[in-house]
Amino acid sequence: MNRLTPYTAVVSARYRNLLQYRAAAFAGFVTQLFWGAVRLMIFGAFYATAEGPQPMNMVEVVAYVWLGQAMLGMLPWNTDADFQEQVASGAVAYDLLRPLDLYGYWFARTLAFRTATTTLRAIPMMIFAMLLLPAFGLADWALPAPSGAALIGFLVAITAAALLSTAITVLAHISMLWTLSGEGVDRIMPSFVTILSGMVVPLPLFPDWLQPFLEWQPFRGLCDVPYRIYSGNIPIAEAASEIAFTLAWTVVIVWFGRFLLSRGVRRLVVQGG
Amino acid sequence: MSQIEVRSLAKVFRVAERRAGLAGAFRGLVDRRIREVHALAGVDFDVERGELVGYIGPNGAGKSTTIKILAGILTPTGGTCTVDGLTPWRDRRRHAARIGVVFGQRTQLWWDLPVIESFELLQRVYRVPAPVFQRNRDRMVELMRLGPLLDTPVRQLSLGQRMRADLAAALLHGPKLLFLDEPTIGLDAAAKLAMRDFVRTLNREEGVTVVLTTHDMDDIEALCERIMVIGQGQILIDGGIDDLRRRVGNSRVLIVDLEDTVSVAALEDGLRGVGTRDVRVTGRRARIDFDAGVIAPAALIARVTSRFEVQDLFVEHPPIEHTVAELYAEHGEGEA
Repeated sequence: MNRLTPYTAVVSARYRNLLQYRAAAFAGFVTQLFWGAVRLMIFGAFYATAEGPQPMNMVEVVAYVWLGQAMLGMLPWNTDADFQEQVASGAVAYDLLRPLDLYGYWFARTLAFRTATTTLRAIPMMIFAMLLLPAFGLADWALPAPSGAALIGFLVAITAAALLSTAITVLAHISMLWTLSGEGVDRIMPSFVTILSGMVVPLPLFPDWLQPFLEWQPFRGLCDVPYRIYSGNIPIAEAASEIAFTLAWTVVIVWFGRFLLSRGVRRLVVQGG
Repeated sequence: MSQIEVRSLAKVFRVAERRAGLAGAFRGLVDRRIREVHALAGVDFDVERGELVGYIGPNGAGKSTTIKILAGILTPTGGTCTVDGLTPWRDRRRHAARIGVVFGQRTQLWWDLPVIESFELLQRVYRVPAPVFQRNRDRMVELMRLGPLLDTPVRQLSLGQRMRADLAAALLHGPKLLFLDEPTIGLDAAAKLAMRDFVRTLNREEGVTVVLTTHDMDDIEALCERIMVIGQGQILIDGGIDDLRRRVGNSRVLIVDLEDTVSVAALEDGLRGVGTRDVRVTGRRARIDFDAGVIAPAALIARVTSRFEVQDLFVEHPPIEHTVAELYAEHGEGEA
């Protein structure tokens, strides 16, 4: 058995488990469909009256919006309710009974949490946006098909985004070792994560003076990088360095998370959960 | 070398105390009053391979703290402890791979997964080679009669079923040391008996060392050759059941079935001057509490048979609950 076996087993068990929540996924799909339509109409109105060239054309914006609606669940905007309960009850100390690296264990669980519900919602959303909308005669509003190279670039970038999102969520989980409740982070995270990732407004549409800051902050790797690679707004030649950017931030956040966790565990084993 | 060696183990918790009232709450913001709680105040013991040790004490005496330290999920503030040569909290991962732990109050299984999937996940988590896993799994499924439950999600199991599954899960990686923290809590009589059977079989047939905490004295009497009693963070008694009884004196109960009903007064009258402690009568059965150090059981029996028509009689030890309660009282401890 290879070294990763325990961790991949945890991911797969938790993933399969979360796939059971089909009704919630369907509700999420309908909500996100509605919001996608609203956002597209706003951007449509904006582009119809805009003068001069914009940093993104309307086709690229449409792709950005639909991908965002499909992948919404993958943003690190909340924490795992299971985990919150574990912290509140003190059961979190019992994770130390497993012969596992604690960070690795939590990362594995969180990766499943971040991706399982997203898979359930993303697939119907993509089918709807790419295939059904043109069938309804709304081809202008449909998710355009990417080029082969852009698709590969997107798949790599979205995988990197999943790792980055997981690392950020694990960080939020670790913070609960001090706060003992997920409520605080659950309130704070959505506001800046949705804005800084580009989920609310695509980052290139922000004012120029903000761009240097937006370019370097980690949340860009969650939406902006993969969605723009998909639409070709980031040329495929630049995709590799953009993905490297996402992964570099992931490494930094994982490192910081491990550091915090080692402090948190010391508290945990001193106070006994 | 003993399997478990514990030397002057100490654990001090620092608890922030709240002051009463609003003013107190504000004062607490700037001037926190910290109270030190000595959960363990220098505990020493050894456990040999293959022993089955009962670890008892009132709530808050330090039982769970000890188990958590031995399991590696709590660090002590003083003293040393080795388990199979490893220090649990320093060599946590290697240690965790070698031991099994069951907490009666809390399942270690994955709540939503069917039992069998939990087992398969544990196989990978503990990196158990497939043939070993299959052997252990089949043995545990047979021993704990889990066959019909394997496809049921853990959350749908009854408490007794869940405890059996938990015990099996703790043993899949073939640990030679098992910690059981209140394994029979909340179980009905049949499930308790079954649980005791499993633990006994594991200990006798598989040679698994077991350290068991419980509030149920029947568990102790049914299972343990050795008992450690902890109170106020210290080991009060470490020995066999007989040691425990001897330690708190020579209390005995003589139970007599008489030919005819006798009043308490008549019975007390007949035993005047003998030195019995208490006499109770229900129907034709009399219970006479006495101290074997004051009057020898044989002498008391002779006296009773000489004065009354006796059908049957036998001498009993008092229930061990009483013994332990007396011990706690002696040490100013416990709510009992």
